[in-house]
Amino acid sequence: MRITELFDNGEFVVTAEVGPPKGIHVDHLVEEAKTYLSGITACNVTDNQSSVMRMGSLPACVALKNAGLTPILQLTCRDRNRIALQSELLGAAALGIDNILCLTGDHTKMGDHPGAKPVFDLDSVSLLHTACQLEKGVDLGGNPLVGEPPKFAKGAVVSPCSDSVDAQLAKMERKVMAGAEYFQTQAVFDSEKFIKFMEQAKQFGKPVQLGVIIPKSAGMAKFMNRNVAGVHVPQEMIDALAADKEKAKLGITGVEIAAKIIKECKPYCQGVHIMALGWEAKVPQLLELAGI
Amino acid sequence: MLITELKAKETILSLVEGKAFIINCHGCREIRFPEKEADALQQELMAAGKVTGSITTDYICNPENLKLRLEKHAAAIEAADTVLVFSCGVGVQTVAEMFSGKRVCAACDTYALPGFQGVTPLEYDCKQCGECYLNLTGGICPITACSKSLVNGQCGGSKNGKCEVDPDMDCGWERIYQRLKKIGRLDVLKCPVQVRNYATDDEVSK
Ligand code: SF4
Ligand code: SF4
Repeated sequence: MRITELFDNGEFVVTAEVGPPKGIHVDHLVEEAKTYLSGITACNVTDNQSSVMRMGSLPACVALKNAGLTPILQLTCRDRNRIALQSELLGAAALGIDNILCLTGDHTKMGDHPGAKPVFDLDSVSLLHTACQLEKGVDLGGNPLVGEPPKFAKGAVVSPCSDSVDAQLAKMERKVMAGAEYFQTQAVFDSEKFIKFMEQAKQFGKPVQLGVIIPKSAGMAKFMNRNVAGVHVPQEMIDALAADKEKAKLGITGVEIAAKIIKECKPYCQGVHIMALGWEAKVPQLLELAGI
Repeated sequence: MLITELKAKETILSLVEGKAFIINCHGCREIRFPEKEADALQQELMAAGKVTGSITTDYICNPENLKLRLEKHAAAIEAADTVLVFSCGVGVQTVAEMFSGKRVCAACDTYALPGFQGVTPLEYDCKQCGECYLNLTGGICPITACSKSLVNGQCGGSKNGKCEVDPDMDCGWERIYQRLKKIGRLDVLKCPVQVRNYATDDEVSK
């Protein structure tokens, strides 16, 4: 099922992110997803997230699909050139994976193989364009495909709380022009900023899923403020996390913070995208608290 | 060595909005410059009354040198809507920085040939990508100013205006956005999707 159909029906779409293992066994990933994420619409499967080498997104997507979940294939331009990316898209379509999220990807220097060659032959915009070409039955080189062309729900990302938000909006527009049909955002901790962003973003007429991270501790929040682009946890949230160490340890404070953001932003967006970062088990509680 | 080649004639003519001041750089010896073709095209622009003045000089990549040479053309430059530069990518970037409030356009594409490169000041760099993007980026080179050499806009990695790869480096696409805003050309960000042609790229063609 393509998740664009749900947006078209006016549904509030909930997705969550899972990361393939650095190894060959997917049982744990599938079990966790089945236990905690079967109530949501779809699972994003990351593509060597943060440039840390892991199993590929596609095989993990297939494992989730076989377990009855709806996977979204994340595809970055960091590790593959246009030939490999198109080949991957055809392979995904052949295996019944029809939800994709097109990203530029972090630089190789950010991960665990800093000496690797960064590819970036294409970028998020030209990858979206490429997917559209394939859907028309031609590849990026202008050569015809044989037989039925693939059809994807094509997603992209945007960073609403970035300090370069104008440049982000300009890029978002380019993504829409290149064929993006829905957006997932970087994690939001400032509802006001997000709502302001949506005032601008709604002109593009594409559904936007609010990005949510459950903050695990004051330390994690401070780390993100220092190191993660587009993420800013306000001081009062850090204080709340620090104030009640016991509750924070159980994750309750973080879940409450995330639920509050979802509630405040819900009227302005078309879904949420949860980046649980290992706290998949907290997702059901979060959704309940947020009233979804 | 570098080779500069004129962009397509229609492209160059479409770059000239209103009247243009023309800068030719016959540069260092490391560059082959298409003198004849450039001259014919400029004659045509002049005949159409679209040129406020022009200068043919060398080493425009040296800002001090360039400033001196342009001194006596101040009025003609003032009167121009566009500064059209016939040089390698470094030259265009130097001019764009100098007239950061004006529309500065690249009339040439820069390719690489094996051998020495020209005299490149540290501030500007050109990787001779073979299809100069400076007209889409306010005269800031996306190939060298962005860690991922992105040609379709900013990635999600910019923080406090700095690049995700190197906190000491300004995000090239934040600079490009701010420059385009300053010269009132944000509309160029709506250009068609750009896909690089590596067949003309330095690293691949060598
Ligand atoms: S875009 Fe950059 S690398 Fe390419 S020709 Fe222009 S200045 Fe040189
Ligand atoms: S942060 Fe800016 S300069 Fe760095 S890779 Fe992204 S767009 Fe390029």
